[in-house]
Amino acid sequence: MNNFLLLPIIIPFFFGMILMFGQKNLKYQRTFALLGIGLALVSAISLLLKVKNDGVQKITFGDWPVPYGITMVSDMVSALLVTTTLLITFFVVWYGFGSITKERERFFYYPGIMFILTGVNGAFTTGDIFNLFVFFEVLLMSSYLLIVLGGEKQQLMGSIKYILINVISSALFVITVAFLYSVVGTLNMADIAVKIGEIDQPGIVTVIAVLFLMVFGLKAAIFPLYFWLPTSYAAAPIPVLTLFGALLTKVGIYAITRTYTLFFVYDLSYTHDLLMALAIATIIAGCIGALAYFDVKLIIIYNIVIAVGVILFGVSQMNEIALKGAMFYLIHDMLIKAALFMLIGIVIYITGTSDLRKMGGLMKKYPALGWFYLIAAFGLAGIPPLSGFVGKLLIVQGGFQAGSMWSSIFILASSLLVLLSVIRIFLYAFWGEEKETKGTVDKKVYTTLFVPTVLVVLITVAYGVGSEWLTPFMDDAAKLLNDPSIYIDAVMKGD
Amino acid sequence: MKTNDVILQFTAKIVFFIIFFFSIHIFMAGHYTPGGGFVGGLLTSSAIVLLVLAFDLNTVRTVLPFNYTYLTATGLLLALATAAFPMFKGKPFFTHYFDYFDLPLIGKQSLHTAMLFDGGVYLVVVGVTMTIIQTIGEDE
Repeated sequence: MNNFLLLPIIIPFFFGMILMFGQKNLKYQRTFALLGIGLALVSAISLLLKVKNDGVQKITFGDWPVPYGITMVSDMVSALLVTTTLLITFFVVWYGFGSITKERERFFYYPGIMFILTGVNGAFTTGDIFNLFVFFEVLLMSSYLLIVLGGEKQQLMGSIKYILINVISSALFVITVAFLYSVVGTLNMADIAVKIGEIDQPGIVTVIAVLFLMVFGLKAAIFPLYFWLPTSYAAAPIPVLTLFGALLTKVGIYAITRTYTLFFVYDLSYTHDLLMALAIATIIAGCIGALAYFDVKLIIIYNIVIAVGVILFGVSQMNEIALKGAMFYLIHDMLIKAALFMLIGIVIYITGTSDLRKMGGLMKKYPALGWFYLIAAFGLAGIPPLSGFVGKLLIVQGGFQAGSMWSSIFILASSLLVLLSVIRIFLYAFWGEEKETKGTVDKKVYTTLFVPTVLVVLITVAYGVGSEWLTPFMDDAAKLLNDPSIYIDAVMKGD
Repeated sequence: MKTNDVILQFTAKIVFFIIFFFSIHIFMAGHYTPGGGFVGGLLTSSAIVLLVLAFDLNTVRTVLPFNYTYLTATGLLLALATAAFPMFKGKPFFTHYFDYFDLPLIGKQSLHTAMLFDGGVYLVVVGVTMTIIQTIGEDE
C-alpha cells in the first residue's frame, strides 16, 4: 500500500481543475501550469528513485484485495516513462509561451495539457487492462481538444481524421478487452498473465494478441495503420505537435510492449514474428515518407514512424539485451523528437514557412540554432556518443542474439536513411543562399523559444554521454520485461 | 421569430420541477439500486434543456446564472477530494467510508462518502452537458 505512486497522475489532474477557473488570466494560467508540471516532475523523480531502491510499487484502490480492485503498478518501465513525459512537457509548455497564440491559451490550452498528462501517466502506471482503456480515453479526449483548438481549416481537416480513427480504435479496444475477459475472467494484468499461462495459449488468445496489436498499433502508428498520422499531426500547432509526437505514439508502444511481454509470451513464433515483420515494414514506410517530402514538419513526423519500428523490433526479439535496447531507444526517442520538433518550430517561426525549398542560409544569422540542430540530428541518427547510439546498438545486438541476422543489419542500414532525411533539412535550411524570410522575428519571442529547446538538446546529449549511469535503471526495466514473473509476483503477493 | 407557445411554456415550468425532483430521487437511490450521479446529472440537464426549448438560451441564463465551466471544475474537485481524502489517513486512494446515522424526520439512514463522489459526478455531468448545449445553441 503506497499512495505515493499516484502523485504524478493526481497532481496534473488537480492543477487541470484549478486552471479551469480564471481562464482569461494568462499569468495565472502560465504560472500554475508550470508549477503543476514541476511538482509532478519532482514527485516522479523521487518515485523513480524509490522504485530503484525498493522494487516494484503498487496500490489497489479502495482497500480491495488484489485481483478484484483496480491496481496501479509502478515498475521501472513505467517510472522511467512517467518521468520522461513530465520532463518533456515541462519544456514544451515553457516553449509554448512564445509559440502558442493567446486565444488558444485563453481557451483551455493549459487544462488540456494537464489532462493529457493525467491520461498518459495513468496509462503508463495502471495495472488493470480496462483501466488502461479509461486512461487512453482521458488522453484522447484532451488530445481532441488540443488538436481542434484554434479551428483553422487545415486543423479541422486533420482532426476529423484523427478523431474518427481513434473512436474506431477505442471501440475495438473495448471489444478486445471483452474478448480477453471472456477467456480468462479477469481484468488485472498480472492475473491475466497467470491465467493465460494456465490455459496453455489456445488459438483464441493468439487472435486476441493480434487484435491488441491492431488497437495499439493504430495509436503507435505501425505499418499499415500509420496512414492517419502525418496529416493529422502536421495540422496541430508546434507545441501540440511536439507533445503528440513525443508522447502519444509512445503510449501505444508502451501498451504493445506491456501486453506482448506480459500476456502473449507462449506463441512467440506467431505473435512476435508478426510484430517483427510489421516493425520492419514500419521502418521502410517511414523512411520512404521521410525522404519523400520537402515539408520540415512531415520529415520529422515520418521519423516518428521509423522510431516506432525500431523500438518494436527490439520488443519483438524478446531477449534481455534487445528489450534493454528498446527501453533505451524509447526514452531517447521521446527526448530527441521533442528537441527536433522544437527546433523546426523555431525554423518555421523565423522563415514563416515549412517548405524546405523556400528556406536557406539561416546559418549566417542563427549559428547557434544551426549547431544545436546538427547535434540533435546526429543524436537522432545515433552517432556515438550521442543518445541514439546505445539503444540501437543494444537492439541490434539482441537481434543478432535472437538469430534475426538480416533484419538487424537492415535496422543498422536504416540509420543512414534517417541521417540523410534530417541532414537534408540542415542542407536546405541552414546552408546555401540566404533567402527572403517572410516572418517577422521578435527577439524576445525567439529567446523564449530558444532557451527551452537548447535545454532539451542538452538533456539528450547528457542522456547519450551519461548512459553509463542510466544502465542500472534500464537493466531493471529489461529484466522486468523479460521475466513477467517479477511483475506478477510484485502485484499478486501481499503488500 | 415569435410564436405563441403559452401552453409549452406553462407546462415546461411545471414539468421542469417534476423532472428535477425525480433526478434528485434517482441520485439518492444510486448506492444500492439503479441510479446515481451520472443518470441524475443527465436527468437534471434534460430538465434544463426542456426550459431552453420552451423559452430560449438567454432567458434560461438569467434564471439559472451558473458558469457551467466552473460547475464542471467544482464537480471534478469534489470528486477528487473525496477520493484523495483517505490518502491523508494512510489508506489507499478511493477508500470508502460509511456508517449509520439517526437523522431527524427520515430516521436511521446509512451515509456514504461515495455519495460525495457521486455529487461530484452529478455536477460534472450537468456542467459538461449544459456547456455543450449552450455552445451549439449559441451559433446563429
